[in-house]
Amino acid sequence: MDYILSPWPWFVSGPLIATVMFLLVSFGKTFGMSSNLRTLCSLGGAGKISSFFDFDWREHQWNLWVVVGSILGGYIAVQFLSSTDSVGINPNTLSVLAEYGFEAPQNNLVPAELFSLEALQNPYNLALLISAGFMIGFGTRYAGGCTSGHAITGLSNLQLPSLVAVIGFFIGGLLMTHLFFPFIF
Amino acid sequence: MKAIKFLLTGIFFGIVLTKSEAVSWYRIVEMFRFESFHMYGIIGSAVITGVILLQLSKRFGIQTTEGNPIALPEKAKLYKKALLGGSIFGLGWALAGACPGPMFILFGAGYYSISIVILAALLGTFVYGLVAHKLP
Repeated sequence: MDYILSPWPWFVSGPLIATVMFLLVSFGKTFGMSSNLRTLCSLGGAGKISSFFDFDWREHQWNLWVVVGSILGGYIAVQFLSSTDSVGINPNTLSVLAEYGFEAPQNNLVPAELFSLEALQNPYNLALLISAGFMIGFGTRYAGGCTSGHAITGLSNLQLPSLVAVIGFFIGGLLMTHLFFPFIF
Repeated sequence: MKAIKFLLTGIFFGIVLTKSEAVSWYRIVEMFRFESFHMYGIIGSAVITGVILLQLSKRFGIQTTEGNPIALPEKAKLYKKALLGGSIFGLGWALAGACPGPMFILFGAGYYSISIVILAALLGTFVYGLVAHKLP
């Protein structure tokens, strides 16, 4: 039981993620979480405004069930399958984050300094989360996929465009973490 | 009842990503600072396993549950879009510490303020749909 309650090592988690991809492929579908954002726009009636969303969202209903499942999975993992171990982040990372004003994570998955209800009352933090979300939604559709569609599925299927997209993910991520973080935080 | 297998797959996905801490904001910062092998191990072993599973299923002609041969669509060869869009996504990924799967999983894990990121991501997708034809 301890093995389940402790954080899972990478060599267990990675193959299990590949299993999720393969399950969806064996159901005749694909693994792509960002596609749901487009489907939800279509569901909300965005097809009346842009032809990009003018399709029958019901054909992508299966993927929305994956979303509902993943929300439940997050709940189950935290409520029933977790001990109170703190996230074991490299002390070097934590000391740099401390300089930016972030305390140690304890057993939290996201920092209270950015995500607590208190932090949200600060318009600056709110603007950070909104811009982050906007770039995620805009960028994934522009690139034609996210970590699941390009990094896991595309690379597993030896797709060159996916490798280019993943290089893009890292260009953006490295710029944010190394160049912009010192200014933002 | 077709929905149930997708629901269960989603539950499994949510549990794996939470237990692996791939949904942790701190893990993403650590990854982009190259200060841990953890995330590279997850993505790397997922891709290696994925390549093996897809190659084996092609070689042995394994079929989908619908009776078709296993085949993934080719990704469009739009390299400029992949690089530009990917970079924009990467900026958001590093700042929010979550990509489109984990943002939903984190909501389920009880971090409700992530819904701001989800709503903004919907807005970003919507705006992309409006301006897509004008982009390089």
